[in-house]
Amino acid sequence: MQEEVYQLIDYLHHAVTRPWAVMEVCGGQTHAIASLGLEELLPPGLRLIHGPGCPVCVTSVDLIDRAVELSLRPGVVLCSYGDMMRVPGSRGDLLSAKARGGDVRLMYSPLEAVALAGANPGLDVVFFAVGFETTAPATALAMQQARALGHANFSVLCAHVQVPPALEWLMDQQEGRPDGFLAPGHVCAVTGEEDYGRLAERYRVPMAVTGFEGTDLLRGILMCVRQLESGEHGVRNAYRRYARPEGNAAAKRRMGEVFETEDRHWRGLGLIPGGGMKVRTEWQDMDASVRFDCRACDGAADEASGCMAGQVLRGLLRPVECPHFGSSCTPLAPLGAPMVSGEGACAAYYRYKRS
Amino acid sequence: MFECPVPKSVSDRIQMAHGGGGRLMNDLIRSVFLEAFGFPSGSVQNDSAVLPSPAGRLAVTTDSFVVQPLEFPGGNIGSLAVHGTVNDLAMSGAEPLYLTAGFILEEGLPLDVLNKVVRSMAEAARLAGVRIVTGDTKVVERGKGDGIYINTAGVGAVPHDLEISPSSVRPGDSILLSGDLGRHGMTIMSLRAGLSFGEDLCSDSASLHESVAALIRAGIPVHCLRDVTRGGLTATLSEIAEASGLTVKLDEMSIPVRDDVRAACGLLGLDPLQVACEGRYLAILPGEYEDEALRVMRGCGVSSGACLVGRVEEFRTAPLLMKGRLGVERVLGMPSGMQLPRIC
Amino acid sequence: MCLAVPGKIVSVHETDPLFRLGVVDFGGVTREVNLACVPEAEVGSYVIVHVGMALSVLDEETALETRREMREIVENSEPV
Repeated sequence: MQEEVYQLIDYLHHAVTRPWAVMEVCGGQTHAIASLGLEELLPPGLRLIHGPGCPVCVTSVDLIDRAVELSLRPGVVLCSYGDMMRVPGSRGDLLSAKARGGDVRLMYSPLEAVALAGANPGLDVVFFAVGFETTAPATALAMQQARALGHANFSVLCAHVQVPPALEWLMDQQEGRPDGFLAPGHVCAVTGEEDYGRLAERYRVPMAVTGFEGTDLLRGILMCVRQLESGEHGVRNAYRRYARPEGNAAAKRRMGEVFETEDRHWRGLGLIPGGGMKVRTEWQDMDASVRFDCRACDGAADEASGCMAGQVLRGLLRPVECPHFGSSCTPLAPLGAPMVSGEGACAAYYRYKRS
Repeated sequence: MFECPVPKSVSDRIQMAHGGGGRLMNDLIRSVFLEAFGFPSGSVQNDSAVLPSPAGRLAVTTDSFVVQPLEFPGGNIGSLAVHGTVNDLAMSGAEPLYLTAGFILEEGLPLDVLNKVVRSMAEAARLAGVRIVTGDTKVVERGKGDGIYINTAGVGAVPHDLEISPSSVRPGDSILLSGDLGRHGMTIMSLRAGLSFGEDLCSDSASLHESVAALIRAGIPVHCLRDVTRGGLTATLSEIAEASGLTVKLDEMSIPVRDDVRAACGLLGLDPLQVACEGRYLAILPGEYEDEALRVMRGCGVSSGACLVGRVEEFRTAPLLMKGRLGVERVLGMPSGMQLPRIC
Repeated sequence: MCLAVPGKIVSVHETDPLFRLGVVDFGGVTREVNLACVPEAEVGSYVIVHVGMALSVLDEETALETRREMREIVENSEPV
């Protein structure tokens, strides 16, 4: 791998003749880039922007508040992924809710929550489902399993978001539009390339689907740069071994059976048309928001802390350029979500690139 | 008028009465603890142990153990308590002599679990050449504990005149690591995450004092010793680097991590450099002694995988830096204390 | 959370489409994984696993092809 990495870097140094900004929208890629120190090896004109690739970071304060509130109800067990535990809502995070007596449990998969519901018929097990199109199929599957097994005490607080509408939103902004995108490999392994092709055409912006290893990332960057240098715009795929152009039919079908598109407030960005997924009416008995009558707040409860996450997520501000970075905002005392989540751009910079 | 003897309990679980100071408690102490740890000379039980004191300086430490699950591949909370306490003494270059053991037991704990834990504690102490000289037992109501908590104290003799401390660290020092990282933490976390390892992966929990004693006996002027526990290599070295006011520079390629440990870390989203060990230590010593120290360390079973992982430099940029796989240097920050299962 | 890692299916045991389960080996660590979304996967297949579910099956031919294409680009073309 090492040798190929250096060859690709060497090639990029020859290939880049003008300044370009390429945005990745996947927290896993952001982390790989930071931990390998890839940016230091790229030609000076080529800039990577760490876009809104962390679904935990963009989960709205409103949804976190609902999760916190649910966890404090007697008889409710609130389950979610580890990343979600320390993201602050307006009334604290899930771990502080746990300290206040809430039943909050860390899980690696929504399927574990179904098993928990089966083993504890007297408890209401709520899975706080966050994530892009990568985790949504597992949530859909969990709901289908729960229904098949008759676990009526299982429900989902749905915070799933979709990537393509966010890219569209970013391209509609006046500033901070990237010249090209690295499309997230595992999201595309589920959804396929179709939406990305449409966006590439509409905004005349090159895209490259790619993975998470040094060679994958560099191949993806190279596929973007070659298009940029030659004035092309389309979707190339450096991750075809796992991300087929048509995606995963079974996963898409399950996702479509359970969820439908809705407009969603992305924390730090704003209302993104079509940016979220909600539980279909046929599955409403498993929609925790409906079952427990959680009233939605408006999206206004966003950052009140002075956090500049929105600008960071749009690439207008590098994490290290934020006045709070590393001083009034650290992973131990975060002002905003990107410093909390293991996949957040600020946390990645804090961990790997404080110099 | 009537004789109404308290019936002897036939329960195979811990009851509140086991901590009540009566017959049940005495039975427990005799049949479980004294049976394993040995009866005091003259079979007289006092509230404190009276012991001969060694010449010279003493090292004293205390530690508590709350690991879940109580038993794991490679040990249990009992052996872990001995190893952890012995290692705290060893990191001062001390020869461990005496341990104490306080048990907080939860009502309902199966007696055979307690027996197993206590026996492996006794076995670990025997292997380490240290005596468990006094102890205490309390019982808390069901639901108010996690089976067993153990608190220990350790006393050791310091047989050298070295100042083993971060303040002794100097630029040019070599940083030696006694073996591969992450086995203990990943063994425990995998049990909780439904991962299974092949049969040969288990906790690295072990007593390290013999390896340390060998270094000191060989006349190596060790500057600093630290066992790699919570927070892993990153936290341990960050602390030393910050305390010394110097920069520690690691080389990622030279840090040993087993493939299966690395894979499990990948699955759970953990950094192997931040995962705890219970049988690994860092020795920081003058560069000119590096080869000899490695030879001595590799001669001891617990540190047979010893290797050079970095060097100490004058302060620049940050306390802890690492040259990554692609040669790019990056800052390693103190781990932020992500919530993880309890592992020690 | 977006950690999706490749592993090799070593056994498949439960064939109900909704509950299809397999044991996947990730370089020495194994874990039970739901295979409902990869009906074509069988013992020996490499899959990408994410939050307990297999998302995609490795297409080894394509992997080699991508590698070859990139090699050709890097080695043969004369960048401007």
